[in-house]
Amino acid sequence: MVTKAQRPLSPHLTIWKWGPAMAASIAHRVTGVGLATVGTALFTWWLAALAAGPEAYKNFLAWVSWPPMLVFPIGLTLAFFIHLCNGVRHFVLDMGAGYELKVNKTGALIVLILPVFLTAALWLFIFSRAI
Amino acid sequence: MRTELGKVRGLGSAKHGAGHWWLQRVTAFGNLFLILWLLFSLLHLPSLEYGVVHDWLASPWAAVPMALIVINTFWHFRMGLQVVIEDYQHDESRIIMMALVHIWTFVMGGIALFAILKIALSGTVS
Repeated sequence: MVTKAQRPLSPHLTIWKWGPAMAASIAHRVTGVGLATVGTALFTWWLAALAAGPEAYKNFLAWVSWPPMLVFPIGLTLAFFIHLCNGVRHFVLDMGAGYELKVNKTGALIVLILPVFLTAALWLFIFSRAI
Repeated sequence: MRTELGKVRGLGSAKHGAGHWWLQRVTAFGNLFLILWLLFSLLHLPSLEYGVVHDWLASPWAAVPMALIVINTFWHFRMGLQVVIEDYQHDESRIIMMALVHIWTFVMGGIALFAILKIALSGTVS
């Protein structure tokens, strides 16, 4: 086993001043991990229940529509919209555009705020239809 | 920089440095359309009752994109989780974490694909 030399590391999260770009970057990772774990679990449960038959599916629907459990589908749609909006922003950044300080800050703020409205609109639509 | 010893041992760039990065973008582009398609398809259904959703997924027009989601989206999150682990897990635990991510992706993917195939190949219920 090779033992690693204890080299000094560059400073990590603790020394940086918070800003929209940093928040967007962290949000992108957090939502990505959330979607990959909780999102995948619910997605696969949904499909497996649908394949298993009416009883299993009814059980699934009852679970996810139970009010305390609604935090998962609503949280996942918010995570989805954040990851989607920030993903599109990353496509722009990958092309080498949008690095000017003001543009970058505005873009980061948009991908953090717009998803809140998208999530609210989606769930207002779902609830208005369910009643 | 490559040292003489590194050259002898054949260490250094494997010339695949951009492959992971690029595939992450390609799958992200696919996700953008696939997941929006799923969202609008579900909103378009008259209800989310068993018969309605089952018969929707029994159609190849829904089953094929759904299978593509399991391949494309799962591939994307498999790569994304790998990056997160590589960035934050510095000790031996990253090997365990990587194995768990791999198992998670393939077990969930296997179950999801089987469920889609079962529904698509068994026909409609109503």
